[in-house]
Amino acid sequence: MEAMPSGALFWPEQSLLCVSDLHFGKSERIARLGGAMLPPYDTRDTLTRLEKDLTRTKARSVICLGDSFDDSIAARGISEQEFTWITRLQAGRHWVWIEGNHDPGPLAMGGTHMAELPLPPVQFRHIAVPGSAAEISGHYHPKAQLKTKAGTLSRPCFLIDSDRVIMPAYGSYTGGLMCDDPALVGLMRPEALAVLTGDVAQPIPMPGRRSSIHDEI
Amino acid sequence: MTALPPHIPEQPLPAQISTWFTDQGWSLHPHQRDMLARSAEPAQLLIAPTGAGKTMAGFLPTLTELADGGYDGLHTLYISPLKALAADIKRNLETPVAGMGLPIRIEDRTGDTPNSRKRRQRADPPHILLTTPESLALLMSYEDAPRIFQGLQRVIVDEIHALAESKRGDQLMLALSRLTALCPDLRRVGLSATVDDPRAIARYLAPTGCAIVRADPGPAPDITMLQTTEAPPWAGSGAAYAIPAVLEQVKHHKTTLIFHNTRAQAEIFFHNLWLANDDALPIGIHHGSLDRAQREKVEAAMVAGDLRAVVCTGSLDLGIDWGDVDLVIQIGAPKAVKRLVQRIGRANHRYNAPSKAILVPANRFEVIECLAALEAVQENDLDGDPRPSGPRDVLCQHILLCACSGPFEADTLYAEVTQAGPYADLARAAFDDCLTFCATGGYALRAYDKWQRLQQRPDGSWQLRDPRSAAVIRQNVGTIQDTDRLKVKMRGRHGTPLGEIEEGFAASLSPGDTFLIGGQIVRYEILREMVVQVSRDKGRRPKVATFMGSKFATSTQLSQRILHLLNQPDWPTLPAHTADWLHLQRQMSELPRPDTLLIESFPHDGLAHTCIYGFAGRNAQQTLGLLATRRMEEMGLGPLGFVATDQATLIWGLEALRDPAPLFDLATLEDGLEGWLSSNALMKRSFRTVATIAGLIQRNIQGQRKSGRQATFSSDILYDTLQRYDPDHLLLQITRQEALSGLIDFARLRDLVARVAGRINHRHLDRITPLAAPLLLEVGRVRIDGEGRERLLREETAKLMAEAGLMDAGLA
Repeated sequence: MEAMPSGALFWPEQSLLCVSDLHFGKSERIARLGGAMLPPYDTRDTLTRLEKDLTRTKARSVICLGDSFDDSIAARGISEQEFTWITRLQAGRHWVWIEGNHDPGPLAMGGTHMAELPLPPVQFRHIAVPGSAAEISGHYHPKAQLKTKAGTLSRPCFLIDSDRVIMPAYGSYTGGLMCDDPALVGLMRPEALAVLTGDVAQPIPMPGRRSSIHDEI
Repeated sequence: MTALPPHIPEQPLPAQISTWFTDQGWSLHPHQRDMLARSAEPAQLLIAPTGAGKTMAGFLPTLTELADGGYDGLHTLYISPLKALAADIKRNLETPVAGMGLPIRIEDRTGDTPNSRKRRQRADPPHILLTTPESLALLMSYEDAPRIFQGLQRVIVDEIHALAESKRGDQLMLALSRLTALCPDLRRVGLSATVDDPRAIARYLAPTGCAIVRADPGPAPDITMLQTTEAPPWAGSGAAYAIPAVLEQVKHHKTTLIFHNTRAQAEIFFHNLWLANDDALPIGIHHGSLDRAQREKVEAAMVAGDLRAVVCTGSLDLGIDWGDVDLVIQIGAPKAVKRLVQRIGRANHRYNAPSKAILVPANRFEVIECLAALEAVQENDLDGDPRPSGPRDVLCQHILLCACSGPFEADTLYAEVTQAGPYADLARAAFDDCLTFCATGGYALRAYDKWQRLQQRPDGSWQLRDPRSAAVIRQNVGTIQDTDRLKVKMRGRHGTPLGEIEEGFAASLSPGDTFLIGGQIVRYEILREMVVQVSRDKGRRPKVATFMGSKFATSTQLSQRILHLLNQPDWPTLPAHTADWLHLQRQMSELPRPDTLLIESFPHDGLAHTCIYGFAGRNAQQTLGLLATRRMEEMGLGPLGFVATDQATLIWGLEALRDPAPLFDLATLEDGLEGWLSSNALMKRSFRTVATIAGLIQRNIQGQRKSGRQATFSSDILYDTLQRYDPDHLLLQITRQEALSGLIDFARLRDLVARVAGRINHRHLDRITPLAAPLLLEVGRVRIDGEGRERLLREETAKLMAEAGLMDAGLA
């Protein structure tokens, strides 16, 4: 499996692309000053990136790992145009919507709706279950911070160890949880890696992982 | 003051009027007498300072002509840019008319006038009708316009200097052309504040010739810079340091107006003023985003003399008389000399006493800018940035409104339009483009019924294709775009309305965020049905300090003055703290000069910095930042961000700039602009405005008002469609043209490149310079997400992996 720089996970043997926490329909955020460079609609931006990944990987199956829609606004926030766009991406593909804690249940949208998806040897679900193995989940929107000369940079990241992968949020402008948060540290093994998204995917030892806490003590 | 030419005899006043003047103990001002003597001329423009009896000068000929009671029907039309001003003038006119016992009916007609009265006015017009450009345009779109305006003698355009700066004025001039076609004897009168180029305003009002009458400008204003014990801060625009001194001034004057350049600054200052107002002086706030009821309360208190000070913005720029103001304080550099002069004029409405004003610089650089502005005022050297003439979106709306009033001939309408000042140079082809757009929607849209609005009749004249569309066209009359504002209300079913905030600002709020509006701190709760609901917050500091507001850019001329000031050998008129700072800059580097472009490059905080002193105004410096960093990205310099002020752009990145010349190659800049523009949110916003004015998008459809969001959505789709299939569409042409001179202000950037013509003075220094240092503290930093950040991240990740001994670790 490949952790793509865009934040998607690609499984070539299955021709499967997995994305998590799209949060379609989150109200557009027009940047304040100098916001000229940001697109006015996050949904369109997310769809543009998803279409690019689908074109490049030629994936035949797509798994959306929950929280694909922002609850209350799902009906209003998605425009006709964006709805049609999603339908177009779905054409000719096996498409699974995994339920998240935000999703308002099955929508009037094509594809299969499931609570979890076992695809041996792997289990796809929205929220990681402690103690399970070979699990791919999302929910936490993990982010990692690095100090550089240009100040602290933060990037959405994958968290990967031998038990599980926690995926970054794929939706544009979603917030996130720093990966040194106890909730994430508790889930991951000490030797876990964080893979930063961006132009290229870049692995680093997971910040805040348990071993380094021991070091500090 | 112009002496009356000998061939124009002085006009005697009717007995009722002269008796009244004598009873008041008044006599006519020379310019009032001039206006009366020349009242038979087809056009007159009066240039007079505030308080010089402009209104009376404008109306005196009307009163004279109507004094004998023999006139029937509409005689004089008065147009003002503000509804409130129309109402104010009505009151001010009714008093003398009643005192003189003249048989004259005076009425106003604005958006606030009840429909029943509007209908009656159409059937039976008063002698004098006071209205706004929009109400006039609407009135003229009715089939019975010729009958309503039959016999109209005079039209008075008040505050024409302000109208001439906006599309509202352009629309008004088109309407006046139409009126002249209906009433060939119509005489035009313009009333203007002091301006830099009266002849330009005269041409605007009447391109075929217009007499200019100048009133005595009155005594020079008493204007100073605020002296404080504490030096102003290095950066920022709040001027909080000056609060105690400002309060002290308020205590020593009867009524003080405290002007700010943006609503956000006014809110913050007002908040801080109240925190320090230990004597509980009655101080109010007034700006365009406040709810009307709130504003009216402040206005009433002001007129009644109950307020000691009002913190305000441009909403008080125009000539309403708010009572006995004896001091004007301008917080922050005024950015334009003309605006400053008009604001100063708000103090002391008595004609022959000097107005008193104090300038308060908000930061160290503004000390210099304030001094430059102060000198300009003393030399009466006003600035004017010329506007592009004859905007075509306004013409499109005019064509549609003409069609509402009845069929028209293209030739006749073209001839009529070119009689309007701003459209005097309009080419026939440009007119035909607008007509085609109104008729078909343009090439890409002609297949859609919805945009086919005009059709040609067998005799060649044009008419509405569907007469019912007139109602929608009329509902969308006007050129004022307050589109992206949302109402703010206290939570609860009958929550008090507080005012409005920008939609973009609202979108950036999360529940629990606090911000300032109307001087109080409120907590954002929820957005419901396009209303922002808030609750009261007890905190003393708002979490989100500012919301956007128009930021003025320093005018070209004031920028030039600043440059010349900087090049003086010494600065005896500047406070020591500022003069020392400039001396230090001269010692360490040098000061920017008018004819060359100073660029400083220096390392700071581990990054390469470059400061470009373009003095091109905030908007153009911002655009320069965007375009220069794009170019630097291509050059592999890894730019990380920039910040722009009115004077300079500071860019930081990984690699030092060796050769700045490629950044100022005009062809490359224009290429970069082209690519950046087409996908730009500012362009889309401009397009929305243009498309709304030109009638492609309707904000109002049969009583329902579309939200900004809905309007944004449909206009964005149209924009993308036209961009793809019809890039030369009329509305895209207009949008591009406007964007270049407005927020993007590429025009001034182009001027800068032309002005320095390759004379770039690039200095490499080993540390940050005194002049550049304050830019590090400026807000509004724009970050560049490019190769620079990626490189830093790669270096850091490689280091971390090496430290963890995972050098070659691949992914599972």
